[in-house]
Amino acid sequence: MGFFDEYKKYKEINIKACIESINEDLVNRAIHKNRLFIDDFAALISIAALPYLEQMAQKAHDIKRHYFGNTIHLFTPMYLSNFCNNHCLYCGFKHDLQILRYQMSFDEVEKEAQEIAKTGLKHILILTGDAPSKASMAYLKSCCNILKRYFSSISIEIYALEANDYKSLIDSGVDGLTIYQETYNETVYKELHPKGPKSNYHFRLDAPQRGAIAGMRNVNIGALLGLDDWQVEIFFLALHAKWLEHQYPQTEISISLPRMRPYDGCYDIKNSVSDRDMLQMIVAIRIFLPRCGITISTRESESFRNNILKLGITKISAGSTTAVGGHTMGDNQNNQFEISDTRSVDEMVAYLEKVHIQPLFKDWERF
Amino acid sequence: MHDHFQNNDLFEVGGKKLTSRLFIGTGKYASDRIIPEVCDSSESCVITVALRRVDFNSTTDNVMQHIPPHMQLMPNTSGARTAEEAIRIARLAKAVGCGNWIKIEVITDNRYLLPDGYETVKATEILVQEGFEVFPYINPDLYVARDLVKAGAAAIMPLGAPIGTNRGLRTEEMINILIEEIDIPIIIDAGIGKPSHACQAMEAGADACLVNTAIATSENPILMGKAFAQAINAGRTAFLSGQAVTSKLASMSSPLTGFIR
Repeated sequence: MGFFDEYKKYKEINIKACIESINEDLVNRAIHKNRLFIDDFAALISIAALPYLEQMAQKAHDIKRHYFGNTIHLFTPMYLSNFCNNHCLYCGFKHDLQILRYQMSFDEVEKEAQEIAKTGLKHILILTGDAPSKASMAYLKSCCNILKRYFSSISIEIYALEANDYKSLIDSGVDGLTIYQETYNETVYKELHPKGPKSNYHFRLDAPQRGAIAGMRNVNIGALLGLDDWQVEIFFLALHAKWLEHQYPQTEISISLPRMRPYDGCYDIKNSVSDRDMLQMIVAIRIFLPRCGITISTRESESFRNNILKLGITKISAGSTTAVGGHTMGDNQNNQFEISDTRSVDEMVAYLEKVHIQPLFKDWERF
Repeated sequence: MHDHFQNNDLFEVGGKKLTSRLFIGTGKYASDRIIPEVCDSSESCVITVALRRVDFNSTTDNVMQHIPPHMQLMPNTSGARTAEEAIRIARLAKAVGCGNWIKIEVITDNRYLLPDGYETVKATEILVQEGFEVFPYINPDLYVARDLVKAGAAAIMPLGAPIGTNRGLRTEEMINILIEEIDIPIIIDAGIGKPSHACQAMEAGADACLVNTAIATSENPILMGKAFAQAINAGRTAFLSGQAVTSKLASMSSPLTGFIR
């Protein structure tokens, strides 16, 4: 049994039309319920909910404060390699792009780790493209053995693996898995991932479940906002998170909300997502899934991030670069996408303290 | 008379005599720098710390730096999902100099954060053997509580409501049973959202309360710490003064049926 069985129940329903048919009564009821179902969530992300945004934000703020306190976790991504066999139409690292391809040596990984560790960060997210012949399991495990000397928590955002490979990375010190479905729309998925290993929708859809089965402490899922209609994407993303929470209560499930950013090759974003849409989905998720972590990256602007910190976000990246070796190897590498909030970790910490939010560097270690 | 009464009402637990029955926490504060003032205003002398959040190698800010030296540390095993993990965290706590008190939290459900009784008992049995004063966080379950007494726990810490919900003593009936049946200290942990909830727990005969979220996330944690101290004192005094009259097991003088004797 996988999430696709749950997904199938909704597949023949026109979710967009359902969300459009929601009236204010349903929204009002959803806001005041203690236990929400997926149709309540649909109400919260509908147009009918717009007059209630402030009320929803207040509720989201209260829930965040109760369960997570006045705190925000900080982490930063580390790009190990940008070799990639995939052809994701929207990605700055896709196979056919003529960019500089590079994979850090172990010495370089160590130097990069030292540089990042100087900022005080203890949680690292490592990324690679999808090229197992380059960023192989053996390579990743050796990297983890280096990184665990500097960081108390290591998450991976790499190509989808089988459960036993996730298990083997856990044994090397990994405790978190980030993997985005990109789009839950199967047809759009096939168009955007025409060939390469990632073109297998189902293998990717089941990856978070395989991670949970393998024993990841944290599984973070997401949809790349901008690829398809955001309301439908968020509906399935929330359904997926809820399903994972229910199936794997031991695993901390969290959600990322990456909004598409331009990259060097540029992709025409067909379904743009406004700041108001982002706000609405953040508060709706916080109300629907009170304990679920929500991550916002430096793809978002400084002012937008500042304004949403108290509304349900639990984790943010800081001091980010999306280039391989971006912390130590200068600007000669290509970026996967452009960063918007360019604040350093120190600047981010200073801002958080100013607005009375405690930056958390450490939440777990390999005891 | 009243002062005399209270001054002699020390709380003995874990080999210590405590002047306060309010235990506080270190999580969820907007800044850890406020912790010393909350210790002062709450008059608390026990503070719990999540070991997983402490960076002992940090040269920068570290929660431990903000805990006044007179406080009794109660490191907790938050984040542990098995007895084995809890045991490893407890041993580390001792190794880094946090003393021999340990609050066992083993949580295997991330949505409700309810404690896993079976794993908690297993961890308690082993850690007591190793010389720890063990404070297990549990559902108010009589059988688990009895197993913990048998295992040698220093106290039990039943929840009033799920962590962070601030819903008060939702488990009151179950806690009343523990108060009647269990002979080691009972410290109500989790769910206490307002001073009146803490007062109610103390009035019912709980030995102490641990309050974190309600203080840490209030608009003014220093003042809220003080309010909790007062509420706990009030509840405790009420319990001591009313004990003989209200105890369900006390032999009443049968004002309604005495005539048939």
